[in-house]
Amino acid sequence: MRDLYQRQRRMRALRKAALQRRVIAVLDVGTSKIACLILRFDGPERFMGTDGVGSMAGQSAFRVIGAATTRARGMRHGEVVNMAEAERAIRTAIQSAQKMAETRVDHAITCFSGARPRSYGLEGSVELHGQQVGDMDIGRVLAACDEPDYGDGREVLHAQPVNFSIDHRSGLADPRGQAGTRLSTDLHVLTVEGQSIDNLLTCIERCDLELAGLASSSYVSAVSSLVEDEQELGAACIDMGGGSTGVSIFYRGHMIGADAVRLGGEHVTGDISMGLQVPWAQAERIKTKHGGTTATGMDDREMIEIGGDSGDWEKDRRRVSRAELIGIMRPRLEEILEEVRARLDAAGFEYMPSQQIVLTGGGSQIPGLEGLASRILGQQVRLGRPLRVAGLPQATTGPAFSSAVGLALFAAHPQDEWWDFDVPAESVPSRSLRRAVKWFKDNW
Amino acid sequence: MFAMKPPARRDPAPSRLGYRFHRLWLTPLFRIFLRVILPVFALFLISAAYVADDENWAAIEARYTAVVQSFQERPEFMVTGVDIRGADIALAAAINGLLPFEFPVTSFAIDLGGLKEEITALTAVKEARLRVQTGGTLRVDVTQRRPVAIWRHVDGLRLVDADGVLTGMVPNRTDRPDLPLIAGDGARESTVEAMALFAAAEPIMPRVRGLVRMGERRWDLVLDRGQRILLPEEGAVPALERVLALHEAQRMLDLDIVVVDMRSAARPTVRLSTFAEEHLRTVAERRQ
Repeated sequence: MRDLYQRQRRMRALRKAALQRRVIAVLDVGTSKIACLILRFDGPERFMGTDGVGSMAGQSAFRVIGAATTRARGMRHGEVVNMAEAERAIRTAIQSAQKMAETRVDHAITCFSGARPRSYGLEGSVELHGQQVGDMDIGRVLAACDEPDYGDGREVLHAQPVNFSIDHRSGLADPRGQAGTRLSTDLHVLTVEGQSIDNLLTCIERCDLELAGLASSSYVSAVSSLVEDEQELGAACIDMGGGSTGVSIFYRGHMIGADAVRLGGEHVTGDISMGLQVPWAQAERIKTKHGGTTATGMDDREMIEIGGDSGDWEKDRRRVSRAELIGIMRPRLEEILEEVRARLDAAGFEYMPSQQIVLTGGGSQIPGLEGLASRILGQQVRLGRPLRVAGLPQATTGPAFSSAVGLALFAAHPQDEWWDFDVPAESVPSRSLRRAVKWFKDNW
Repeated sequence: MFAMKPPARRDPAPSRLGYRFHRLWLTPLFRIFLRVILPVFALFLISAAYVADDENWAAIEARYTAVVQSFQERPEFMVTGVDIRGADIALAAAINGLLPFEFPVTSFAIDLGGLKEEITALTAVKEARLRVQTGGTLRVDVTQRRPVAIWRHVDGLRLVDADGVLTGMVPNRTDRPDLPLIAGDGARESTVEAMALFAAAEPIMPRVRGLVRMGERRWDLVLDRGQRILLPEEGAVPALERVLALHEAQRMLDLDIVVVDMRSAARPTVRLSTFAEEHLRTVAERRQ
């Protein structure tokens, strides 16, 4: 755990260095596309306090000066399966974003959706002896959380304190300065497979970039697509990506649970490809152009040229009705949403005071998906689009870019995590001090 | 039979080398180096190599001087004549002789400051102003020194202006009968006082021969018939006026007096001629 603490602290230091150089790249490595935004930070935030607008979570501090998207290669379920291909894809995205920004970037913050995230809620408490709570006490209480056994080869990606309580007063966001006898905390820890992280990091380092931060894509897409009320009252963000669907649950402004379903839009495309006997690219085109979830009488009459390039005239001239296409897509979408439902139930989402569901990600653009989702997940479903940030090109404002935009917000204003607090170094020095005293006693 | 391969899609991924070079190109320092420093250096190197050849250098020099000359010798810069004002014929000839060039000449070649100094250095010139007028004339305005007295020196007669500066020579006293005569060591240094004395001696001017500086400190007014009026160092003009007042009242200077000594204001003295003295003595003896 200490090893990981050092590594994350190093990344935070790199992020500070990048902010001093004012330019940082944000890299969303997905299964179907890789998006790269280049942010320029122009000093402190400028916002009009008179307008009743808050600091807007740091989003007024930066401006997007370069944006590029490229087809992802060598990725499956949000994980790298072909290092060389993935590296080439990342290189393409970064180069075209740099070209647009007309500047070079040396630091990147990245997010990914795969690697089987698993979240844990930890508790820890320390005695305060009636003292006021200081930074040191927070570090102490965070260090006092007892780690569960994550399993072999898993690493902590996020460790966010979500709640502090002093004695019997709970729900404190910032307990510093308050006095009490016992400080306890709830820590949300998200772990992922270490091997997948290492593969991704190797790909990025081969592009001569230094990694200044790492985040889970289900977390950052919720940051950009959930409004503040939803984060406060309780909501779940379903990020429907290409190879995996991320689920994150927010309550009282903090993420309290995250998970990922290893199914996504590419499985729908695969079903169409297999069901209609067409190439993959053609299936993707049919899905985005004619796809839907609910068949009506009109759809029986609407015939789609499905094409194909087999060279057989009869085969390439086939036509299917839109209802048939919907018949292929709907079971897969239902399966994905059922799977999400299972994850939400496992996380106890049904006990939340507000059960808002926000659908985002490229897969959420299928027409009628919110209707299907409301039948499976609950009544309050809406489609989420990412927050508008300064300088973002029109082409990248769609829901497919909610994790890229969320990552930009994360770069500007990361939430305090466990490694942002100094861990009390009492263990080692006090022991060595005691040994020194003992040596003196023995020898004099 | 034959598996038809779909045509390979063009991969837009840059090669690693291309990617690295693109990043290098976006580095500001490298860009400045390549776009500014390198061309400047190359240009410097090429021109240095060109100039290093003496033949090329000579050609450049010749071309440069030709361009400068063709510009300077444009008709609007040419000076065709000199116009000297305020100088008499002799001085004008002298100034003409001083001009170190022949007309027509370009105005860039005329050193007005140096020329002015040279002209002012002439003894007869008090002040000179030079300018190149439109139309191509060099205008010289001269203020000549006006001689106010003749100074008799060991080797001849000189003309002296009010400041005591020599302005010329005269061969004979009769050439300038209008000017009074001064003489003696240090006479030039106190020309101003001499002029004041001459002004005061206006009533007896026909009789005045000149002023003689005695011992570089005081003046003697010399009249005809060998008469002298010895004037004091301080207050020479009032002393002279006193003598003239006596002369006015008693025709004193018409008497047979050789010297009127006014050096001591408290005790003015006269000396009679030898003849007058003897005559006076006989008269005195006869009375007894």
